Amino acid sequence: MTTRDWLLDDSPTSRWQASVGRAYRVFTALLRNPLSVVGGIIILVLVLTAVFAPWLAPYSATGQDLANRLAPPSDMHWMGTDELGRDIFSRVIWGSQITLTIVLLVALISAPLGLLIGAVAGYFGGWTDRVLMGITDIFLSMPKLILALAFVAALGPGINNAIIAIAITSWPAYARIARAETLTIRNAEFIAAVRLQGASPVRVIVRHILPLCTSSMIIRVTLDMAGVILTAAGLGFLGLGAQPPLPEWGAMISRGRTFILDQWWVATMPGFAIIVVSLGFCFLGDGLRDVLDPKSEGK
Amino acid sequence: MSAISLSNLDISYGDTKVVHGVNLDIAEGESFALVGESGSGKSTILRAIAGLAPDWTGEIAVLGKTRSHGIERDVARQVQMVFQDPYGSLHPRKTIDAVLSEPLDINGIGNRGERVEAMLGAVGLDQRFRFRFPHQLSGGQRQRVAIARALMLEPKVLLLDEPTSALDVSVQAEILNLLKRLRREQGLTYLLVTHNLPVVSFLCDRLAVMRQGRIVEVADVELLKTERLVEPYSRELLAATEGRVLADTPS
Amino acid sequence: MAPLLSVQNLRVSFPTHRGRVEVVKGISFTLGRERLGIVGESGSGKSMTGRAILKLIRKPGLVTADRLEFDGVDIRSQSEKQMRAIRGARISMVMQDPKFSLNPVMTVGEQIAEALVTHEKLPRRAVNERILAMLEAVRIDDPQRVAGLYPHEVSGGMGQRVMIAMMLIPEPELLIADEPTSALDVSVQAQVLDIIDDLVTSKGMGLILISHDLNLVSRYCDRILVMNAGTVVEECAAGELDKAQHPYTRGLLAAMPVIDESRDELPVLDRTQWAGT
Repeated sequence: MTTRDWLLDDSPTSRWQASVGRAYRVFTALLRNPLSVVGGIIILVLVLTAVFAPWLAPYSATGQDLANRLAPPSDMHWMGTDELGRDIFSRVIWGSQITLTIVLLVALISAPLGLLIGAVAGYFGGWTDRVLMGITDIFLSMPKLILALAFVAALGPGINNAIIAIAITSWPAYARIARAETLTIRNAEFIAAVRLQGASPVRVIVRHILPLCTSSMIIRVTLDMAGVILTAAGLGFLGLGAQPPLPEWGAMISRGRTFILDQWWVATMPGFAIIVVSLGFCFLGDGLRDVLDPKSEGK
Repeated sequence: MSAISLSNLDISYGDTKVVHGVNLDIAEGESFALVGESGSGKSTILRAIAGLAPDWTGEIAVLGKTRSHGIERDVARQVQMVFQDPYGSLHPRKTIDAVLSEPLDINGIGNRGERVEAMLGAVGLDQRFRFRFPHQLSGGQRQRVAIARALMLEPKVLLLDEPTSALDVSVQAEILNLLKRLRREQGLTYLLVTHNLPVVSFLCDRLAVMRQGRIVEVADVELLKTERLVEPYSRELLAATEGRVLADTPS
Repeated sequence: MAPLLSVQNLRVSFPTHRGRVEVVKGISFTLGRERLGIVGESGSGKSMTGRAILKLIRKPGLVTADRLEFDGVDIRSQSEKQMRAIRGARISMVMQDPKFSLNPVMTVGEQIAEALVTHEKLPRRAVNERILAMLEAVRIDDPQRVAGLYPHEVSGGMGQRVMIAMMLIPEPELLIADEPTSALDVSVQAQVLDIIDDLVTSKGMGLILISHDLNLVSRYCDRILVMNAGTVVEECAAGELDKAQHPYTRGLLAAMPVIDESRDELPVLDRTQWAGT
């Protein structure tokens, strides 16, 4: 029996085999969608770049070489150098670490928070729902970037505070989705059945409702990642995110703004990186939506 | 001792009262049917007994003990429910094994693996099905899983909400046979809600005909078989069913 | 007289990850101005047969047939535009659940009017008269009031009657009813089927009644096709159902409980006996 047969076995013999088999089916379905493969490759390259940055980057991210400042792209410096003579290619590579950190931490903070708040509001309804959704609406009613700016202004500039600010501004959208999903699930007969077996509300929400919300949440988070990267870059551009000399892409664009007409590469190269990575997340998110969306399941 | 006894039961959904002053006494070991058309309140009574429709007044006693309005663990061990829609009553992301282990886990019962295996056998499902997901099962197999889940806690009373109305005729026969055998083997009490009179005739000892939230007639199943129901509405239901039954169905 | 509908070797298949799967495996029948019942369990291909006749099977589904003729018109070669002229006007279809087939933001009257006006140009006055007459024909007591209601304001049985009115108002020659009553209560079922039956007989239309319920079909049809796993296993006159030969048909009949049930156990179909699956 090959591994593939084992994975696609119609009658698995253990829990482990059943769940791995399911994951394998999702994976092969993803491979059938060319755009999501492109997205997946971009994200994979981003992750690998971030992990192996010390070996990939030809120069240091912060080492200055004033003799060579604002050099155009060449064999020596693939993306040219900036106003302090730092190699832009190396800075973009090191910058991937910062971008990936922001994306991961924002996802890890905001998605579970939104999921939990939304599921609790949807499941209990009544006053719990009104209070929680009221708070959510207050957050939703303000533009994300402005709200993030306000938080960073209050907390002080810096990459950690930028992450916190972005996370605080992005959970309400997830709470809305989770609530909407919970409302449709909570009256399902399989929920009634576990309640009849004596399951506590905590158990019903955590073990039965949340697993059904996660797939739409994964899709949404992946699609939102582009926005998160842009917000982080925006904060960096305004000087409120990562502080110099950290090679954050938004901050790099901001520095390049001064020379944008004569030395276009200084702002363009990190901008290009932002676009490619944002697109990658969008493609992957779209592919995931086709594969994971519960409504399309069973076709 | 009666398995279920309802007295002066009124049930509301929001502001509308859907069940009016129902009195009913179902003996232990009996198989009792609530019959009526949609909107007659028959399913609502089932949900109130289970604890899923908490907005009621009057009294519901299960195995001699008055029950409160919400869901109680003690009651859960004694009364379980099988739902109508085999496609909506199983969690789409959980394997059959997980579905059947859940009630044991909630109630802190050990030996889960063995119990699940034994129960699959009891409801006539092959062990191959144990780690499958619901979408890999047919409607009849899903309904077997739903029955197995209801029986995991070894309850005394099963509430059956149209358990076969979503199934094909040949599958319905299998499930009806299964329910009949399980009742015999485990000495269960059934409270069956249905609109299908022949099913009542096959599975039940007594029936109550409901209309617009009220019980119209309570009768022995013999009276149904011999078409001697008294109330005009019961006779109407019977006639509507009879119209569809061939005069000489082979038996 | 040439038959109204003639179907020969009709096949419907869908692709799956294990290759194409045929859900209808070469069935043939002809239909005059009579009532034909197609009976089968879920997955027997009975609904797909009905849809294939109306060319309602979408890609990637594939329909092939040696012959698929409606009143001398070859359905296979009709374009989508030509099909739209046939659907509704000459062949109508009543679906299972009125809740999903009616447009929730249009009143009942408007929807019936639309069904009529798309196929026939009529002055407004005449349209209204036809609608009220049609609603009366499906035994709606207060047609004026019902015509102004929205679908969510009518009951299931009423909704299904509205559907029938909508389908029959262009006076088609063939009505395909796919489980028209399985979402309804028993007493309402009989009413709805009686209405279909009356209209079909009085207008001399053809009827294909698709259902899982053998008894119901035998009561309302002249001829019955029993389908299993995509093939017709038995064809017989409705009155002779009890003389059915095929073990599948006999199994289905026996598996149904009856009012004066005395069997301790219902006989269960042995599926391995005839289907090679």
